[in-house]
Amino acid sequence: MQTIIALAPLVSHRLCLAPPPFPRHRLLCRRAPSIRLPSHRSSTTSFRLLSSFAASRDSEMATEDGQDPRIPKIASSIRVIPDFPKPGIMFHDITTLLLDTEAFKDTIDLFVERYKGKGISVVAGVEARGFIFGPPIALAIGAKFVPMRKPKKLPGKVISEEYSLEYGTDKIEMHVGAVEPGERAIIIDDLIATGGTLSAAVRLLERVGVKIVECACVIELPECKGREKLGETPLFILISSA
Amino acid sequence: DPRPQAISDAIRVIPHFPKTGIMFQDITMLLLDPVAFKHVVDIFVDRYKHMNISLVAGVEARGFIFGSPIALAIGAKFIPIRKPGKLHGRVISEEYELEYGSDRLEMSMEAVKSYERALVIDDLVATGATLSASISLWVTRAGAEVVECACLVGLPRFKGQCRLKGKPLYVLVEPSHFDGLTI
Repeated sequence: MQTIIALAPLVSHRLCLAPPPFPRHRLLCRRAPSIRLPSHRSSTTSFRLLSSFAASRDSEMATEDGQDPRIPKIASSIRVIPDFPKPGIMFHDITTLLLDTEAFKDTIDLFVERYKGKGISVVAGVEARGFIFGPPIALAIGAKFVPMRKPKKLPGKVISEEYSLEYGTDKIEMHVGAVEPGERAIIIDDLIATGGTLSAAVRLLERVGVKIVECACVIELPECKGREKLGETPLFILISSA
Repeated sequence: DPRPQAISDAIRVIPHFPKTGIMFQDITMLLLDPVAFKHVVDIFVDRYKHMNISLVAGVEARGFIFGSPIALAIGAKFIPIRKPGKLHGRVISEEYELEYGSDRLEMSMEAVKSYERALVIDDLVATGATLSASISLWVTRAGAEVVECACLVGLPRFKGQCRLKGKPLYVLVEPSHFDGLTI
């Protein structure tokens, strides 16, 4: 079952897309007209119409077809930082979104609407910005919040998963006993770039028998190809830009 | 109110972390209990929703976990107070003393006005050094008013309400005790 997230640009062009059936993991991308964010530093940012596929057996998890009118305001509240962390990458800084109370609330509402009532008992949040979005979602859907942390931060017994960086490796950790086999989880982070951290979080939870229903991020940097790294695990995002 | 006791019971004590002699108050167990976690947020929200708080600042990283839902519930902006080098744009920073050496906290200057009324949140107050640095960031450098600092857990001398650097400090529960079970 496919999901269409329509991203209305900031100018008056409106993109409407009827949802044709697509096989899983196919992305439907139509390049929107280039638009200018009011408070960013780069010259233009283009938004992409994105389709994202929910887990194959959770067909009821699709968002509404067409545009969600909250998305443009969320998108416009995010500051774009060009050439960070390296040349050619347009980093998206959510700290400006957090200063817009309506946009922040809408962001959480969009995730809560998607995951409420779906039997999700675990919301795992990746340190540190995942700790901003994960807890309010967990509270709203009645799930536990599980922080996934950098090494040596968690005080109890932990299990770890290593992942590759451009140079070297890093680790992500979770407390032993935080989750039980058979639980259904979503993993939250603010942004997916290369997908290294998120895919490590997926592996860590799957190792202890948790079913990852979906990974969810506010932003995707598609040029970093993080979605490929997630493989079979579905990814839901609100905003994608290049 | 039975909630503070339920909250206290949900906090796990880890002895000798991060070093010998420290009885670490682990709030991650509370986060696994949606009812207890909700109690914490509800108590803070009830306290602050009528205080005209326009900004909630959460201290990285566990302050994010509590500060974010509180900000959302009371309709305030959320500002992360972070370790050095994590924030973009214009930042202000404040150094504070550790037992050995010093550390720094940073905050973004974007959209912070001097008429803002701020609440600073962290999970725990021990020496008060981090919170004091956060207060300084707001008051001295950003020129905003710190209405109160709030923590889930505080050492007994901070219990109830006290003052830190001239600002009110509200603490929900005292530290839990180690029950002797193996972690």
